[in-house]
Amino acid sequence: MTVNPQAPPTFTGNKALQIEEALSFEIGGFDRTGVDFPPAEDRPNRLGGLGRDSDIGLPGLSEPETMRHFVRLSQKNYAIDMGPFPLGSCTMKHNPRLNEKIARLPGFADLHPLAPQACAQGALELIDTLAFWLKELTGMPAVAMSPKAGAHGELCGMMAIKAAIDARGEGDKRTRVLAPESAHGTNPATAVQCGFTVEEIPGDATGRVDLAALKEKLGDDVAAIMVTNPNTCGLFERDIRAIADAVHEAGGYFYCDGANFNAIAGKVKPGDLGVDAMHINLHKTFSTPHGGGGPGAGPTVLAQALAPYAPAPYVVRQDGEYHLVETPSAESFGRLTAFHGQMGMFTRALSYMMSHGVDGIRQVAEDAVLNANYVLARLKGEMTPAFEGYCMHEALFDDRFLKDTGVETIDFAKAMIDEGYHPMTMYFPLVVHGAMLIEPTESESKRELDLFCDALLSLAKRAKAGAAEAFKAAPVYSPRRRLDETAAARKPVLRWTPAKAAE
Amino acid sequence: MRYLPLNDADRRAMLKTIGAAKIDDLFCDVPNDVLNASFDLPNHMGELGVERALGAMAAKNRAAGDGPFFIGGGAYKHHIPATVDHIIQRSEFLTAYTPYQPEIAQGTLQYLFEFQTQVAALSGMEVANASMYDGSTGCAEAALMARRITKRKKAVLSGGLHPQYAAVTRTNLELLKDEVVAAPVDVSASEDLAAMIDDETACVIVQTPDVFGNIRDLAPIAEAAHAKGALLIAVVTEAVSLGALKSPGEMGADIFVGEGQSLGNGLGFGGPYVGLFATRQKYLRQMPGRLCGETTDVDGKRGFVLTLSTREQHIRRDKATSNICTNSGLCVLAFTIHMTLLGQAGLRKLAILNHQAACKTADALSAINGVEVINKAYFNEFTLRLSKNASDVVDVLAEQGVLAGVPGGRLWPGDPGAENLLIVAASECTTDADIEMYAENLRGAL
Repeated sequence: MTVNPQAPPTFTGNKALQIEEALSFEIGGFDRTGVDFPPAEDRPNRLGGLGRDSDIGLPGLSEPETMRHFVRLSQKNYAIDMGPFPLGSCTMKHNPRLNEKIARLPGFADLHPLAPQACAQGALELIDTLAFWLKELTGMPAVAMSPKAGAHGELCGMMAIKAAIDARGEGDKRTRVLAPESAHGTNPATAVQCGFTVEEIPGDATGRVDLAALKEKLGDDVAAIMVTNPNTCGLFERDIRAIADAVHEAGGYFYCDGANFNAIAGKVKPGDLGVDAMHINLHKTFSTPHGGGGPGAGPTVLAQALAPYAPAPYVVRQDGEYHLVETPSAESFGRLTAFHGQMGMFTRALSYMMSHGVDGIRQVAEDAVLNANYVLARLKGEMTPAFEGYCMHEALFDDRFLKDTGVETIDFAKAMIDEGYHPMTMYFPLVVHGAMLIEPTESESKRELDLFCDALLSLAKRAKAGAAEAFKAAPVYSPRRRLDETAAARKPVLRWTPAKAAE
Repeated sequence: MRYLPLNDADRRAMLKTIGAAKIDDLFCDVPNDVLNASFDLPNHMGELGVERALGAMAAKNRAAGDGPFFIGGGAYKHHIPATVDHIIQRSEFLTAYTPYQPEIAQGTLQYLFEFQTQVAALSGMEVANASMYDGSTGCAEAALMARRITKRKKAVLSGGLHPQYAAVTRTNLELLKDEVVAAPVDVSASEDLAAMIDDETACVIVQTPDVFGNIRDLAPIAEAAHAKGALLIAVVTEAVSLGALKSPGEMGADIFVGEGQSLGNGLGFGGPYVGLFATRQKYLRQMPGRLCGETTDVDGKRGFVLTLSTREQHIRRDKATSNICTNSGLCVLAFTIHMTLLGQAGLRKLAILNHQAACKTADALSAINGVEVINKAYFNEFTLRLSKNASDVVDVLAEQGVLAGVPGGRLWPGDPGAENLLIVAASECTTDADIEMYAENLRGAL
C-alpha cells in the first residue's frame, strides 16, 4: 500500500467529489418504499393458495435516497462522454442523444410487441427501413433482424449454415468449422453451440489468415469458416476473396464476424467479398449505447443461399402494408427469441444512419481509419506495433517495448487510468504477446488524440526509465485501486446476505 | 457532419504525419474494384429532418397509453417511475462499456451485484447472474445448462409454456439433436407432466403463471423431476407476480428463468428486455452469462469485479458454457432502480393492485354472454373463451380504441382449439373506466 502524503485519509473515506456508497441493502428498510400507490381493496384473492407469505428480503429506499445512491454510483464509472475509450474491437463511439429521444417516442417505447399489426405499422416500417439500409450497406440480399447481440447474430448465421448443410444432406459429414487463432472467443463458442467442432487456422507473419494453411485444412467435412474482416489485429484480410473462393470450392460457407464493420461501412460492401453471412453490431458501428455491457443488437445479413433458412419473425411489405410473419417457414431453422428483436436499438441505429447518411457513414469509416493510423504513426517511435504497414480502424501493439522494464501490459493499462483514460483492449488478440489494441473511433478530435498520444509516449518513456514500481501500484487516483480477482473467484460472493453483514 | 470532430485541415495534417498522400492509401489492402462502392441510400440529414421522418413512423403506431389496454402474453404495461429513466440516461451509465476495468467501473459493478441479490431474493434461489438477453433466450440457456449438468438429452416442455419460449428452446436443442417433448397446449393447467418425465429427461420446463395466466404449483413437478434425476426449470414472464406468489425456489425449482421487463423497462415493441437467471449454489459453475462478485482492492476496500469468467467464451472459447458475450446492462440498471424504489413493501402493494385489477376485469367480462373465464387461480392475466374467433374480436375492438388482449390465433396460428381464446392482462395502470369501456365494446362485438 502506498500513501500519498499530500492526500491523507478522510474520516468518511470520501475524497471530495468521490463519495463512498454502501449497498442499497445496507441503506434501505423492509417497510420503506419510494413509490406511492392507492390503497388496495379488501377482497379475497384468487391466487389458488399459492400466495407468498414469507419475507422477500428486499429493502426499499425513498426517492431522494434512490437518486443519491445511483448518482454516487454513476460517479465511479468511466464513460465515452468523459473521455477517450479506445477499447479495440468494441467501437466505443459517441452515442448521439437524438437517438435516445427517438427511441422514447411513445409510438415506439410504449408499443406492445403483440399489438394488432394494424396498430404497429410504423414500427414495422421502421424495421423494414433499417433492414433496407443494412442490406444496401452490406450488399447482401437478406437480413435476419431478431438476434439480440453480436454473439446471438453469430448463432443466427451459423444456424442458417447448419440448416443449409442439413438440407443438402451433408449434416453428418460437414462437422468442422475453421476459425483463425486471432478470432473473438464467441466464434468458437458459437460453432460448438451449433454442434460443430472447431479448428484453428494459423496466421501468417503479416497478421492475416495463412491462405495456404487454410487450404490444407479445407475438405468435404468443413461446414464453414468464421473470419473477422477487418480482422482482430486491425488489418484487412488482403486475400479475402481467395479465402472465400477456396471455402466455396470446398463446399463450405463463409461466415464473416462483422464486429469491425465500422472500418469499411460506406466504403466496401461485404457482399462483394464473397461473404455468406455476417452479423452487424448495432451497438458498435451504428452508435447504440453500450450501456455498461448491453443491451446490444446483432442483425445478421445473409446471402441468397442462406436466406431461406432465416429465423422467424420477419417483415414483408405487400400492397403498401407491412406484415410481420411470425410462423417459421418449413425451411427456416426456427426462432431465436420471443417477439421481434431489439426494437429499441433499431430506432437508435436508424436515427444514426439517417443523420449521417451514406456520405457521412463513408466519412465515419475514413475518419476511424485515419484516427487509428494517426495514433499508430505517433506512437510507433516509443511503442512497438505488432505488424508492419497501415492499419484499419484499430492499431495493435505488442509488449516488446516493455521488455526488461518490469512493466507488463496490464501495468501500462492501469497507469493509463491515472492519466484519465480508459485502457485499450489488453491481451487480445491472443496471437500477439501482451497485446494492446487501440481503437480511437471517428469520435475523437485531433486535439484529444494528440494529448492521448503524448500521454502514452510519456508512459512508455517512464516505463523504460525504470519506474516499474509506480506502474505496479497504478491506478492510485481511481475510486478503487487494483482489485483481487483471484480471491473473488476462489470464494465467490455473488450476493449480499444479512448474515455476512452481521459478521 | 455534427458527429465528426475532424475538419479537412485536421485530416490533411494527420495524413501528413502518417506519411500518406490521400485517405485511400490507408485502404490499400482492400481490392481496388470493391473500394468506394456505390449505394442506393440518401445523404446526411439534420436533427429536425430525422425527427420528422421517424416521428411520422412513431405516430402510425398505437401506444399502450393511448387508451384501454389489456395485452400481456410475456410483455406487460406498467408504470415506470420518472427516476428510472433519468438515472439510466446518465452518461456514466449509458456510455460505459462492460466493466472489464473494475477500478473505473465500480458504478456498473455495484448495481450488477445489487441486481443479482434482488433476483436471488425474488426467485428464492441461491445465486443469480448479471442477466441474459431476455426471458426466452434465458429459457433456452437453462435447458442447455440442465443438459450439461445431467448429461442427458431430453427436455420436457409444459403445454402452458409461452409458445415463443418453447420455439426458442426447441431451436437451440434440436440443433444438438436433442429430443424435445412438448406437452399439448394446456389451457386449464390440467396436464400430467410427471408422467412425461423419465430416466432420460434432463429437464422439465414449466411456466407460472403460465401463458394462459394459470398459477401453477411447482412443488409436485419438482418432486417428480427430482425422483428421476431431472431438473425443474421454472419460467416466470411477469416479474411483478413474484411479489405475490410463492417463489420458484420455495417450490423446489433448480433453475429460475424470468423476463424482467415488467420492472423498470417499457414495452418497446419486444426489446431490449432483461432476462433473469438464477439457480442453486451447487450448479454455479455450469451457469451461463456474466457474474459479478465481491472482493477487496489493495487498500482493503470493498469492491466488485466480474468473476468466474473461466466459464465464459472470451477465456474458454470452444469450451465455454455459452457463447453469450453481452448482458442487458442498461435494462438491468432500470430493473434495479425500480426494484430499489419499490422494496418488498412496494412490490407487494404493486402486485396486489395488479391482481385486483385482473379480478375486476375478469368479473366485468365474464358477466357478458358468450364469455367464459377459464382460470381458477390467476395473478394479473387470465384467459377468456369467446363465442367467436378472438382475432376478429380483437381487430374490431382495436378500431374502437380498446386493445383487448392476445388472441389465441396470434400465438398458436392454425390451431382451431386456440381460435376463440383471448388472453387478457390488467395492471396498476388499468382504470375502472378502462374496464367499463372494454366490457361495453366486447358486449357489442359478440
